[in-house]
Amino acid sequence: MKHLLSIADLSRAELDELLDLAASFLSVTQRETPKVPALRGRTVVSLFFEDSTRTRLSFETAAKRLSADVMVFSVATSSVKKGEGLRDTVATIAAMGIDAVVVRHAAAGAPHRIAEWIDASIVNAGDGRHQHPTQALLDTFTITQHRGRDLSGMRVAIVGDVRNSRVARSDVQALSMLGAEVTLVAPPTLLPETLEGWPCTSAVDLDPLLPDLDAVMLLRIQHERDASTRFPSLREYTARYGLTEDRARRLRPDALIMHPGPMNRGVEIAAAVADGPQSVIGEQVTNGVAARMAVLWKLLGAGGDVV
Amino acid sequence: MAESRRDAGRATSEHEHATPASGGRSVSGSGDRMVLRTTVFSADDLRRAHTRIAHEIVERNRGAAEVVLVGLHSRGPAIAARLATAISGFEGAQVPVGTLDVTFHRDDVGLRPLHPAGPTAVPVDVTGRVVVLVDDVLFTGRTIRAAMDAITELGRPRAIQLAVLVDRGGRELPIRADFVGRNLPTRLAEDVRVRLVETDDVPEDTIELWGPEGSGEEADA
Repeated sequence: MKHLLSIADLSRAELDELLDLAASFLSVTQRETPKVPALRGRTVVSLFFEDSTRTRLSFETAAKRLSADVMVFSVATSSVKKGEGLRDTVATIAAMGIDAVVVRHAAAGAPHRIAEWIDASIVNAGDGRHQHPTQALLDTFTITQHRGRDLSGMRVAIVGDVRNSRVARSDVQALSMLGAEVTLVAPPTLLPETLEGWPCTSAVDLDPLLPDLDAVMLLRIQHERDASTRFPSLREYTARYGLTEDRARRLRPDALIMHPGPMNRGVEIAAAVADGPQSVIGEQVTNGVAARMAVLWKLLGAGGDVV
Repeated sequence: MAESRRDAGRATSEHEHATPASGGRSVSGSGDRMVLRTTVFSADDLRRAHTRIAHEIVERNRGAAEVVLVGLHSRGPAIAARLATAISGFEGAQVPVGTLDVTFHRDDVGLRPLHPAGPTAVPVDVTGRVVVLVDDVLFTGRTIRAAMDAITELGRPRAIQLAVLVDRGGRELPIRADFVGRNLPTRLAEDVRVRLVETDDVPEDTIELWGPEGSGEEADA
C-alpha cells in the first residue's frame, strides 16, 4: 500500500489490517511513554489547504508518536498566498526529501493528482466533498472497539449535512464493508442527488429510526459549503434533525453517539447529549491518533502486505 | 503439517532477519528444497529443558520474588507461561507473565514486511524488578535489542535477563542468553523450526533443524 486516498481503494483485508494496527497503536498511546521509534528518520509533511485544527493536530501527534519528523506547510503564511500553483508547491516540498504528505484540499481529487506528481506516500486528509478516509477509519475503529469486528446487521444513521460531507461518503464505504447497514438522514436538500453506487439507504425522518439504531453519527452543518442556505433556519433543522435530549432518550441505552467534530452544540447535538454517557465523541479523538498511526505505519513502515 | 506463510515468517523468530538484503532466503522460499536434518528437541526433551531453565532462573535470582517473565511474540508468551507454571510448582511463587511485541522497535523497519504479532501487556511495573525476556530461538540478537528498548520504555528494570530454548549462533550484536535450552550452531541457510502445542496447532512440541537438500549432512536423528 503506497497511498491512502480513498476508502474505496481498500480491500477488506487491508481494512482489517488497519483496524488491527490501530488497536496496537491505541495501546502504545496509553503507555507512560506513548511513543515508539518505528518511523525514526522518516519525514511526514502536513499540507493543509483548508482550515483544520483537529485533523492536522491528530496527524502530527500520530507522526510524532511514531518518531517521524514532522514538517508543517502552513498555506496561510506561505508562497501559495503569493500565487504559487499546487504543482510547484508540491514539487518544492518533494525536493526537500520527504516520505509522506498528508493533504487536505478543497478540491476533490487533489490528493490523487499529487500522488501522480511525486514519489512520496500521500494520505488524503479530506478532499472537498469527496473522501476523508482516516476519519472513516477512526469512526469504524471506534464502533468495532465497542461491538467487535463483524458489524453485520448493525444499524448506523449518519445525520445531517450528508450532501457536503466527505466523512459520510467515507464512513458509508468503511462501515458497509464490515456489514453495517447505514442510513443517511437529512432534509431532502441536504441528501445527495442520487444514492446510486452507495451501499446505504436514506431517510428524511430521524424519529422513526431512533429505537433501532446501534450508532448515530451527527454531522456538522457546513456553513462554509452553503449548507445553511438549504433549509429554512437552524432552529427548524434542530427541531427535526438535532439529537436533542428528548431524542437521545429514545435511543437504545447501548447505542453509540458519535460526532466527527467540530460540534455546533445546540444545533446538530444538544450539549448534554454530547457530554452524556452514550457519547463516544472523546474516544473518537483518541482513536483518531491511533488510526492515523496505523495508516502512517502501514504506508511507511510495514513494508508489505500481510501474508 | 500445514504451514502458512505467515507461520513460516514467524517460525524462526530471527532466522530471516540475519541480513535483510538477502532476507528472501527462508523456509517458504522457492529456492532449495528444505529437508529435516535433526530433531533438536522432542516433547520430553523440551519439558525437561523448561524445568531446568525454570530452576536456573530461580537460582540465579535467589528466589522468584522480583522476577517477571516477558514472552516475545509469537512463541515467547507460551514458553514464559510454561516457565511460570514450573516455578510455581517447585517454588510456590506466582511469577507475573507479560507479553511483548517488538515490531515498532525493530531496526529493519521498511526493509521487509513487519506486522505486530500480538499485544504488549506487562501486568506489573517493571521498575526495580528483574525482567526475564523469553523467546524460542536466539539468532542475530536484533529482536532482543528491540525488546530491551521496548522494555525500558515501560520502566527501568533492575536487570534484564534472557531465556531461550535454542541458541543457534550467528549473533550480529553483543548479546548473549542467560538461560539456554540448547546451543545449536547453524548455518545461515538452515532453519530452526519450533512447533509448540499452544501456538502452532500441533499435537506435541518439536524443535527441528532443517537445511537445504544435498548441501550438508542428512538427518542423523
